[in-house]
Amino acid sequence: MTAVLEIRNLHVSIDGKPILKGVNLTIRQGEIHALMGRNGSGKSTLAYALMGHPAYTVDEGQIIFDGQDVLEMEPDQRSRAGLFLAFQYPVAVPGVTLANFLRAAINARRKEANPEDKGISIQDFRRLLLGKMQMLKIDPSFAGRYLNDGFSGGEKKRAEILQLATLEPKIAILDETDSGLDIDALRVVAEGVNKLIGPNLGVLVITHYEQFLNYIKPQFVHVMYDGRIVEEGGFELAEKIQQEGYDWVAEKYAAA
Amino acid sequence: MTLRTRNKLIAPKLTREMVEQLSAAKNEPSWLLNARLTAWELYDTLNMPSLQSEAWRRTDYTTIRWEQAGRVVYGTSAGIEAIPAENLAPLIGDAQGGLIAAVDGKIVHSELSDALKAQGVIFCDFETAVCQHEELLRKHLMTTAVHPNEDKFAAMHAAFWTHGVFLYVPRGTVIELPLHSVFYNTTSGLSLGHVLVVLEEGAQVTYLHEYLSAEAPEHMAYIGMTELILGERANLRFVSLQDWARNANDIRHERARVAAGAQLDWIIGTMGGRFVKQFAEIELDGEGAFGRMSGLFFADGHQFFDHDTQQNHNAPHTTSDLLFKGALKDQARTVWQGMIKVLPHAQKTDGFQANRNLVLSPEARADSIPGLEIEANDVRCTHAATVGKLEDEPIFYLMSRGMTRQDAERLIVAGFFDPIMQRIPFEEVRARLTAHIEEKLERVAQPV
Ligand SMILES: Nc1ncnc2c1ncn2[C@@H]1O[C@H](COP(=O)(O)OP(=O)(O)OP(=O)(O)O)[C@@H](O)[C@H]1O
Ligand SMILES: [Mg+2]
Repeated sequence: MTAVLEIRNLHVSIDGKPILKGVNLTIRQGEIHALMGRNGSGKSTLAYALMGHPAYTVDEGQIIFDGQDVLEMEPDQRSRAGLFLAFQYPVAVPGVTLANFLRAAINARRKEANPEDKGISIQDFRRLLLGKMQMLKIDPSFAGRYLNDGFSGGEKKRAEILQLATLEPKIAILDETDSGLDIDALRVVAEGVNKLIGPNLGVLVITHYEQFLNYIKPQFVHVMYDGRIVEEGGFELAEKIQQEGYDWVAEKYAAA
Repeated sequence: MTLRTRNKLIAPKLTREMVEQLSAAKNEPSWLLNARLTAWELYDTLNMPSLQSEAWRRTDYTTIRWEQAGRVVYGTSAGIEAIPAENLAPLIGDAQGGLIAAVDGKIVHSELSDALKAQGVIFCDFETAVCQHEELLRKHLMTTAVHPNEDKFAAMHAAFWTHGVFLYVPRGTVIELPLHSVFYNTTSGLSLGHVLVVLEEGAQVTYLHEYLSAEAPEHMAYIGMTELILGERANLRFVSLQDWARNANDIRHERARVAAGAQLDWIIGTMGGRFVKQFAEIELDGEGAFGRMSGLFFADGHQFFDHDTQQNHNAPHTTSDLLFKGALKDQARTVWQGMIKVLPHAQKTDGFQANRNLVLSPEARADSIPGLEIEANDVRCTHAATVGKLEDEPIFYLMSRGMTRQDAERLIVAGFFDPIMQRIPFEEVRARLTAHIEEKLERVAQPV
């Protein structure tokens, strides 16, 4: 059965300041969506709110995933239910190696599926991890490095996609995964994402650049303006933005 | 000192006759009895340390119940079986390099592999050393590193020490298998243990010492000393782990002397006890001497830990590197005070000290007091001290990958300690410590 993420009339505030002002968006497993919009329009806010970041308060609206009320769930429950967020700014966790972290994340999922589970074996884990690292052209030595600690911008983004590849969610939000990547890295990451895309993965790609979308080929493009999704269309909408920028959006939707 | 404070700073009631009895029970030669009696005179004349002194102003030892903890314990009916098996297992593989265990102040086990004996290594308890290696022991015991006159506790130790381990590695001898000793206590009372390590020129060894005890209803006090003496170009890795039960008070003087070109890697773990005051000092005496001190502690409940460290650069081109990392929860309190001292002629020295504290509950408190006393002008000395909480962002990040909040916190705390943990070269010991840290994290504080 295809899982559906449904966002209805979502209002989100930070420290009492309204940021999202009624977002509606539906993403199905297997679909590829792009979300564009000016700096500060609220794209990351939507991503964090979906994942349950404690600083983001949902004032109104609903998020339903796979028939469950997401707003009732803690971030870890959302993750285990199949939601994934590749962070725009991945967080460093000093002292915790990438390998230990990924193992703990995998084991958390296995334990949810079977409370008696003893965790993935070292050999299985190593095989899994090395395979995914190869796919994303990540040097195996990264497994022993502390998570995002001293990673370059591009390395952090690759590590996010490594997590996506390892955790196999149903719906993934990629928040500017393409920014900070050099041209070669962009291709490697895009190819990696493309390999993961299929009937079991729905993706919401947040980006400022058409280039990444050329690889990923979204079927749906949404434009956010001042906390609302105001324009929707196909790939041509992304092209229009690439050529014309957002001024026309601002003119069209500026509060009267 | 006013009469009132003098009365408050009560010393345990120990007598000269007790010194004589202990020495007689151990069948000691007269030089040793005399050394004890001299120390007793010192003990008798010295005041208990003032709570206004720099070393003790944050650390109130008057909570120690000497009426319970002041009776010298020299052997009980308990034997080696009292010690958990995991604390006696070989450290690497199946081969035991050497193992010495003391229970309640008496040695219950002592072994050293034939290979090491053949290399001329001495690893024995003090009573054996008095009989078989009298000259060596007499030369080094409380003469070079720690002296009986440091304070009243040092004098108490020098007069009443109950048990000790003597490790001696001859010149140029490199020991592959690590050595291991355990001091264990089952009762309340006063326990006075000593660790004396002497490495001659070019000798190399790794040594783990553990302090453990069984929970007893009344206070126990461990008044201890550790002396590490490194000859030129010697190399010592010394791991000292303390996990006393919650009735234990631990006051310890520890000092290493590091000669030219020698390297000391000293790792200190503090987990147990109700009250801990540990003086740990490195004297870099010769050119090119290197001393690293790494500390890891986790205080919960009402535990109080005070680590008082010194890095003394007494010669040019010496390097010291200190990192203490501690976690606290519940109503626990910790103090780290550290001093780097550089003598006028100790040019081109490099001294570093850092203390990082992770405070896991609002009622816990960590004091961090770094200090520099630099008398030379061409040196590089830096220090850093932080007291922080668990941060929301890493927790959210880990939870967004499916880990429960508890697992996320556990991982972050384990990560906090990891840099020190990696310096402990024994996998089983690391696993034990990690499990212990997790247990402390989950532990619900008991009322005192
Ligand atoms: N933690 C916060 N505290 C205060 N304001 C915040 C916080 N996070 C976001 N905001 C504000 O909310 C608005 C939306 O920010 P958001 O990060 O969602 O934008 P964005 O569309 O992702 O922008 P960009 O393209 O630059 O990543 C901005 O005005 C921002 O300053
Ligand atoms: Mg953003």
